Amino acid sequence: MLRASLRQVSAALRDGHVTPTELCQRCLSLIKSTKFLNAYITVAEESALKQAEESEERYRRGQPLGVLDGIPIAVKDNFNTAGIETTCASNMLKGYISPYNATVVQKLLDQGAVLLGKTNLDEFAMGSGSTDGVFGPVRNPWSYSRQYKEKSVPKSHSEDEESNWVITGGSSGGSAAAVSSFTCFAALGSDTGGSTRNPAAHCGVVGLKPTYGLISRHGLIPLVNSMDVPGILTRCVDDAAVVLGSLAGHDPKDSTTIQDNFKPFELPNLTDVSKLSIGIPKEYHAPGLSSEILALWSKAADLFKNAGAKVVEVSLPHTRYSIVCYHVLCTAEVASNMARFDGLEYGHRSDMNKSTESMYAATRREGFNDVVRGRILSGNYFLLKQNYENYFVKAQKVRRLIANDFVKVFGSGVDILLTPTTLSDAAPYTEFIKEDNRTRSAQDDILTQAANMAGLPAINVPTALSERGLPVGLQFIGRSFQEKQLLTVAKWFEKQVKFPMIQLEEVKRHDHGVFQHQKSASFS
Amino acid sequence: MKAEEAFPEQSLAPWVPVVGLEIHAQISSNSKLFSGSQVQFAAPPNSLVSFFDASLPGTLPVLNRRCVEAAVMTGLALNCSINKKSLFDRKHYFYADLPAGYQITQQRVPIAVNGSLSYSLCIDNKMSQMVTKTVRIKQIQLEQDSGKSLHDDTRSQTLIDLNRAGVGLMEVVMEPDMCCGEEAAAAVRELQLILQTLGSSQAVMAEGQLRVDANVSVHHPGEPYGVRTEVKNINSIRFLAKAVDYEIQRQIEELENGGTILNETRAFDSKLGCTVPMRDKEGKQDYRFMPEPNLPPLILYDAKSLPANMNHQQVVNIDWIHKRLPDLPSVKRAKLVEQYGILPEHSFTLLNEDGLAEFFENVVKQTQMKPKKVIGWIIKDLLSHLKQHSLTVKESPVSSFLLADLLNLLVKKDISSTAAKQVLAELWKGEGKTPLEIVKEKKLGLIQDQKELEQICQAVIDRQENEVMAIKSGNQKVLNKLIGLVQRETQGRSNAVLVRQILEKKLSE
Repeated sequence: MLRASLRQVSAALRDGHVTPTELCQRCLSLIKSTKFLNAYITVAEESALKQAEESEERYRRGQPLGVLDGIPIAVKDNFNTAGIETTCASNMLKGYISPYNATVVQKLLDQGAVLLGKTNLDEFAMGSGSTDGVFGPVRNPWSYSRQYKEKSVPKSHSEDEESNWVITGGSSGGSAAAVSSFTCFAALGSDTGGSTRNPAAHCGVVGLKPTYGLISRHGLIPLVNSMDVPGILTRCVDDAAVVLGSLAGHDPKDSTTIQDNFKPFELPNLTDVSKLSIGIPKEYHAPGLSSEILALWSKAADLFKNAGAKVVEVSLPHTRYSIVCYHVLCTAEVASNMARFDGLEYGHRSDMNKSTESMYAATRREGFNDVVRGRILSGNYFLLKQNYENYFVKAQKVRRLIANDFVKVFGSGVDILLTPTTLSDAAPYTEFIKEDNRTRSAQDDILTQAANMAGLPAINVPTALSERGLPVGLQFIGRSFQEKQLLTVAKWFEKQVKFPMIQLEEVKRHDHGVFQHQKSASFS
Repeated sequence: MKAEEAFPEQSLAPWVPVVGLEIHAQISSNSKLFSGSQVQFAAPPNSLVSFFDASLPGTLPVLNRRCVEAAVMTGLALNCSINKKSLFDRKHYFYADLPAGYQITQQRVPIAVNGSLSYSLCIDNKMSQMVTKTVRIKQIQLEQDSGKSLHDDTRSQTLIDLNRAGVGLMEVVMEPDMCCGEEAAAAVRELQLILQTLGSSQAVMAEGQLRVDANVSVHHPGEPYGVRTEVKNINSIRFLAKAVDYEIQRQIEELENGGTILNETRAFDSKLGCTVPMRDKEGKQDYRFMPEPNLPPLILYDAKSLPANMNHQQVVNIDWIHKRLPDLPSVKRAKLVEQYGILPEHSFTLLNEDGLAEFFENVVKQTQMKPKKVIGWIIKDLLSHLKQHSLTVKESPVSSFLLADLLNLLVKKDISSTAAKQVLAELWKGEGKTPLEIVKEKKLGLIQDQKELEQICQAVIDRQENEVMAIKSGNQKVLNKLIGLVQRETQGRSNAVLVRQILEKKLSE
């Protein structure tokens, strides 16, 4: 039951094969038995069971609120949730309980979804590994899959699991791991430079970054306001469309959302792709792209070609400047957005009370990790009067060039762009942390970043397993607000590639004492 | 000999003071600039604070349409060009009453630019010698107010009240076109009247709805402007004039003594009547301006650019606002002068007090007395009495109706003007009596009986032999004394013109 898709389980609820409470309980117990994944920061057991009960009552009366009623979901811990801690995986907000729900959270609750808990991330979503949060790294469920274990030959049995487990990618790694390990049916992430698509690719789930402005950011604790978008993580493309339909549309509390109402849609089963034009941007053949991903990418292109679609090579010449441009724009906004954390109104406050200034300084030193502080420092440097023109203004101009590249390509008749999502499959944690956060983010965002610069919708679709038995995903990028077309194509592709399901018959014991020894019972 | 030749070179070159103003006017609006919290003066601390005002993470600004309209109105009234597209920026600094660590303002493209304000002031304090001057308005920008810090020195604590945090402000920047405190005060007073007429701000300085910072410098003619100082903490128009004049004098003295002027911020100490350097906020601040990413550009429309399918509730139409602008003070004054034939300086007085012009016009409507005469009663009697008792026009115990009633008795010659003043004094008590009732009660009506009056006059003549002698020998001035005595005898109940006739007749007999 837990392996089912959202739409399948919704049907099961409607038909009475399972009750919301049973479903919720099973998810909660799986969360417990997979605690070593560290996917959740907070599990809201009590409120989840209460919500499930209320949902059950609605089903009993024959008046469920819709497809989402009774569906267990998880939310990245940078969305505000009234009554449940919102930490951003930072000391700064440890213990912070927001008085309000983010618009997206409210919408999910209003439609009967059951909120299981808040998922782990890099501190303030700054990272690409889900390794840099104050609650520790998230482990990729595929580290414990039969597929991975069979392919990756352990050096010596005693060290293998502790040294071989791979990262989820990030920064929405907790959400991706939660969906991938079947502890929930859908999860919210956020996507500023690839933070939803990257972990989706590494965890073998669908990760949708909608068009900027389609979904409200109200209540999402910002990283880069002009690029942040709430992301959707699900088991399949159809589920992503369902969740999108329940979240999209104008929000009076977010002035950057579209004015028009959004009409939810169901995805057609595409049978004919001959009218499609798929663009293959040559710049995405980036340095460091693994040969197996390159091969998969071209196989996917062939798949479209063989089915009759037009597949053309296109050029996005400015995409190569995306990362350096992002570095300036992101750090500048971070410097600004983080200014509010001064220890006065909420969050951590240092005991240092010699003066207001020394309290500010100590609070921020104690509250933020090195990554956050580093970005604040560079951001403030770029915003200094003498640097503003040379850095910030220039970066904005480059951003416009990057966005214009897409406009040109889509203007030339291309419908959808097909690219890899990541350069390689997930790295083992021990490998990953050899490089610092900044280097990692620069490498890992390279293929996903530009869509945020241009505000375009993009989706990761799990495609195949790598030689090491780890998921690899490909990315589709669509035209602004053309989610339906994007998802329709993604769904067709999903059907063709038949991505294998993760095989987690049991969850191995961990003998190194860090995590509780627990046995999973309910992966059936 | 020319004056210049009489003095040595050094002191001959006079100093030219230059004064520019930055004025923050709180927008009169039910809710704040970017949040739904109420705006109210002197509410309990932190009772009007939304999640956004407290900068809770994840909250976003939503622009208040009313504030935009108020700024457009003000811009139009100050002859500005209104920018059809303006932008919001973040201005960063750490301060305890600035919860987000930045203020949202309009640094790059403000809502209104390039305007002007005409104001009048009297020369040498003579109301009859008024000159009109103009100051250029550089720009008007929309921005958020900060909260308030209350320093408790005994407990070495700072308490923060966020009620004011996020209230909409219009910052009006006036070019340095003024040269003394009097001019600065007159310009601000005129601006205050305009804002109050528009209703875009209540502009009460005592309540902090209008805050003025003055930039002051001095230089010799033909030389570049001197280093300027910024004077803050000015909380009344009177203090503005004092602060500016003090600062000009201070700078001149400093420079003449061989000193230099620092580019610094100074505070006006109203008790000592001088400016003092303010504790510097750790040297020069770099505000690290950045576009506000959560607010799209503010687009305004006019009749031409208004899209046909746009919901009118959603857009701000400049032309629509322009058509509905009320008469501004300058226009009102001109109309008063033209319609009622009063002196220009009286029109200033009428507009200077809230509601006084309306009071005057109501009295005029209800009385047969000529407006030119009514104005005397309004300014000399009504206004001075109100001032004496620190009352506003609206609080006046004598309504326009009662005053008109009283003046009508005067016009009909039922009472003398002396008696009228007595009646007015009674009316101030606010006991609800009509002027006529008071006249009857106090027997203030003019003596209508010619014979009675003649007898009184005769009695006065009989008693004042010396004066009568003087008059008869040609000193007509003494006649006034006799008239006065008759008035006293009748307790002001005699018609002076009539008394003069009777006395003249009797004395020539």
